[in-house]
Amino acid sequence: MTDALLKRVERPAKPSALSNAMVFGWRAVLKFKHVPEQLFDLVMTPIMFTLLFTFVFGGALAGTPGSYLQFFLPGILVQTVVFNAVYSGMGLSTDFSKGLFDRFRSLPIWSLAPFTGLMVGDLMRHLIAGGIILGIGLILGYRPEAGVMGVVLAFAMLLAMGFGFGWVFLVLGMMVRTPTTVMTLGFTILFPVTFASNIMVDPATMPDWLRGFVEVNPVSLMTTALRGLMDGTATAGMLAVALIAPVLLTVLLAPVTLMLYRRK
Amino acid sequence: MSQPPDLAISTRGLTRSFGPVKAVAGIDLDVPKGMIFAVLGPNGAGKTTLLRMLATLLPPDGGSASVMGHDLRADPDAVRGVIAMTGQFASLDEDLTGRENLVMLSRLWGFAGRAARDRATDLLAAFDLADAGNRQVNTYSGGMRRRLDIAASLIVTPGVLFLDEPTTGLDPTARQSVWRLIRQLAASGVTILLTTQYLEEADQLAARIAVIDKGRKIAEGTSRQLKAQTGSGVLHVTPSDPGQLEAAEAMLATTGPVQRSAEGATLSVPVQDAASAHDLLARLIASGVEVADFSMGQPSLEEVFFALTGAPPEEETA
Ligand SMILES: Nc1ncnc2c1ncn2[C@@H]1O[C@H](COP(=O)(O)OP(=O)(O)OP(=O)(O)O)[C@@H](O)[C@H]1O
Ligand SMILES: [Mg+2]
Repeated sequence: MTDALLKRVERPAKPSALSNAMVFGWRAVLKFKHVPEQLFDLVMTPIMFTLLFTFVFGGALAGTPGSYLQFFLPGILVQTVVFNAVYSGMGLSTDFSKGLFDRFRSLPIWSLAPFTGLMVGDLMRHLIAGGIILGIGLILGYRPEAGVMGVVLAFAMLLAMGFGFGWVFLVLGMMVRTPTTVMTLGFTILFPVTFASNIMVDPATMPDWLRGFVEVNPVSLMTTALRGLMDGTATAGMLAVALIAPVLLTVLLAPVTLMLYRRK
Repeated sequence: MSQPPDLAISTRGLTRSFGPVKAVAGIDLDVPKGMIFAVLGPNGAGKTTLLRMLATLLPPDGGSASVMGHDLRADPDAVRGVIAMTGQFASLDEDLTGRENLVMLSRLWGFAGRAARDRATDLLAAFDLADAGNRQVNTYSGGMRRRLDIAASLIVTPGVLFLDEPTTGLDPTARQSVWRLIRQLAASGVTILLTTQYLEEADQLAARIAVIDKGRKIAEGTSRQLKAQTGSGVLHVTPSDPGQLEAAEAMLATTGPVQRSAEGATLSVPVQDAASAHDLLARLIASGVEVADFSMGQPSLEEVFFALTGAPPEEETA
């Protein structure tokens, strides 16, 4: 230990909010480099679902595995992104339990910068996981009728959904101290919401009371929109109703998130 | 609140409660610039709460405080510009390497590209972490983590550095190296407010010590002043024959309050210096008590409390 300690280092010019946010984005990228296993968590479940549903139930549900995959793939993308959001809530809870955010909060930086970084990490996770699932779908014979443009629009839609649902778990991540509890709670909410939807099956055969729920379930609305985009049959109305939940969640929960963060 | 220019920290009646628990119940502190100031207290005394308030992490319920002339409530962002805090638990990104942690924080402070990397390299070298810089933090030992955590607080030389129990959980070698660091920093003009549960640590490092308990300050002074109240040391005596404990206790009690160890076999009594310890021991042996073991030590936190308040610190009721 040396004179380096005794040398006074002055504060450089205050960086911009954007520069602060980009540092947190860089942190998210580094996390991928150091913890590539996190991708495994994200894609293994959807891959298993895709394979099992297509080959085990596909023939029975849709005549052939191939035609089931055509139905199922956009839905599993929605499920992947929504489940994904749970992991970012866990990440946030971990950061808080380790005191890392105390350090960020005692720095003279743009106070929202850490969140924009989390969001960047989330969006990257959504894109990578979605890309892998789509790739596997293509190998198994899935064909997006609307071509490349349809896929690009569908992924844009996926990001919007992931962004919207992300807030739910950011709030949970800040309120719940242990990361594993965030996960348990998250999946307790998400399993019913994703199963009681039109991701796996057409709700036509469900009892009325359930179908009533499934038809207004935001996950169903989002899945319908995604199918529409990938097949080239999307209507403006379809997209609008699909975006209600993400927009509403953002409008309601973003301020809650900030309030919790400031009060923490 | 106005503050004399030579004070780094000044608080008046600072309070913070959590529900019914008054974690900090009205604390006044004045810490001159450039000083190492120690806050000494047992578990649950309110040390962390006090530091978190001063570091702008927790809003106070009442009272006022200023840090380097900036009012804590009116201008927290200005306070953040002149402080750094190393919390009780490492605040590092465990998945990143040591170097990446420092580069990240350097960039957040406004060092760009090359300058941020240079800053990280300098700090790693200064903290003996150059070899470990490219390893993920989750492979670091406790001592390395602490050093990196302190390094992370020195990207920009702070006016005031808060250190919450900087050596708790470290082995003696790692503790010595952190102590050396703290002294060097103070020598370079940084004001340091640290908390500790060890009188020895406060005594070794700090020019002034505030003793707090249950959110209140119960004593403050230089190490010498506190020792005048608590005795500079403690004589521990273990009689060979447990049957002689009573007699030994009665004899020792003539000089000060005697405490029995938890197992009951060792007696401790405050003494002013080595000479008086020697006299006391000689008189004890002359009175016929057979001594199996004796030692002279710094008073423990319990003993300080005992001397200051006549009662041991209460266990935290959490
Ligand atoms: N976030 C919190 N919510 C509720 N109670 C709290 C919170 N933080 C601290 N307390 C309570 O306030 C009191 C003081 O806690 P604090 O952490 O400041 O003590 P400390 O002196 O740092 O103790 P230690 O030596 O164990 O770190 C304790 O009774 C603690 O239980
Ligand atoms: Mg503490």
